[in-house]
Amino acid sequence: MEHRHKVLLVDDDPDLLEVYRETIAALPSQPEIETASSGARALAMLEKDNYRLIVSDLKMPRMDGLQLLSVVRRKYPELRTVVLTSVVDEQFRSRVYALGVDLYWHKPGSEQEMTQFLECMESLLGREYEGGFRGVQSKSLVDLVQLECISQSSALLRITNGPLTGRIWINTGEVVDAEVEELRGEDAFRKILRWKAGNFEFLPAEPHRPRTIFKSYNALLLETAQAIDEQNNHNTDILGEAPGNNGASGLTALVQTDGVEFALKMVAETKVDSRGLENPEKLATWTHQAINRFRTLGDSLQAGALEQITGIGLQRNVAVASKGGTNLCVGWKNNLDAAEIRERMKKIITLWAS
Amino acid sequence: MGFLTSWFRSAKPLLKLHSGSFSMDRTGRILACTLPSSFPVDLVEAIGASVTLTFAEARAAHLPLDELVINYPVLKITAREMRGGAMVFLSTQNLSESTHNP
Repeated sequence: MEHRHKVLLVDDDPDLLEVYRETIAALPSQPEIETASSGARALAMLEKDNYRLIVSDLKMPRMDGLQLLSVVRRKYPELRTVVLTSVVDEQFRSRVYALGVDLYWHKPGSEQEMTQFLECMESLLGREYEGGFRGVQSKSLVDLVQLECISQSSALLRITNGPLTGRIWINTGEVVDAEVEELRGEDAFRKILRWKAGNFEFLPAEPHRPRTIFKSYNALLLETAQAIDEQNNHNTDILGEAPGNNGASGLTALVQTDGVEFALKMVAETKVDSRGLENPEKLATWTHQAINRFRTLGDSLQAGALEQITGIGLQRNVAVASKGGTNLCVGWKNNLDAAEIRERMKKIITLWAS
Repeated sequence: MGFLTSWFRSAKPLLKLHSGSFSMDRTGRILACTLPSSFPVDLVEAIGASVTLTFAEARAAHLPLDELVINYPVLKITAREMRGGAMVFLSTQNLSESTHNP
């Protein structure tokens, strides 16, 4: 075996740990198994070694599985996570998945359930070695479109990126149309292909789709790839870090968005950039404190990662979010209600993450 | 021995989220609460303290706010400012419910 993944099992019941150690060690990929009898011990082990997968019980003394996994998801986002529990309350299943856990499994009660559980474990362990297209995490959209075109296929490719949905129509190996929000044709195609994350699915072809793109797929992909390279070089995404201008073009574009009055971005507590604000320091401090406070509260409540804070005032409305170490505070016109602000902010965050 | 082993290993109950509301005055005292008694009081106080402090800091930053909405994947907290205190509503989101308890 060239490469054996390490699996960490966490349960306060030593007998169960031993049973699962033997069972999982016998998987075809023969993973190395280590065990921890508490959440604190598991975190200490994760600090010292690289694991591929953690399997945790939910009900444990002191630090329970929800607390452990919320820390694990934040500190080790690459680590695959599985909950193996006897808890049958559906609320916990929902919350476990909201934390971003890969798999929630009731402790198997029959041989058939054990077989299914082991198949899922093997699948999770082997995911990176498998071919095929699982999503834009493993293949870029450029790759996907290129393969469809080379194979002279016809399909409708639907890509979802948060609240945004894009569609690309391919007929007999040529890209004939694309659509996202208000954009169509080449502009839409280029916008969709800039997305770095999301999900996609192939839908049945629509051979009679009116053609709006007349370039060959090679030319189209080449132009798009060049545009993406330039974007990466100059980091001109909506809030990207451009050397020398601190993402100025992105923030400027953001304050021109309908309904936005000002925008403030903080990479660290001290590195603040803003548009539409005369004295951003106080607001930056408030943003930083609010995000930290409600992030901590979310951990205590085991409610998952903080998504957004919306503030409604007589003079101004604000929405605050954090992504990838950057905090963003956007001022919205006060004729918008909290629900509208939340939806608009979600789109901004999706573009930001793209 | 088995009894002792299981007693020492007894796991605490998992925290269950509930929809409900409570009000807190400016001193941090809980005035009324519709959340079940199984929901820890220290968490109710922590939520109240977080929102009242955030309202106060917003005022200090020249951004007076009347309402805060905090979104998590499975919980929405809505807080209305009430003369230094707050009225707080918790609403569970996207949670499947069942009749079983852990």
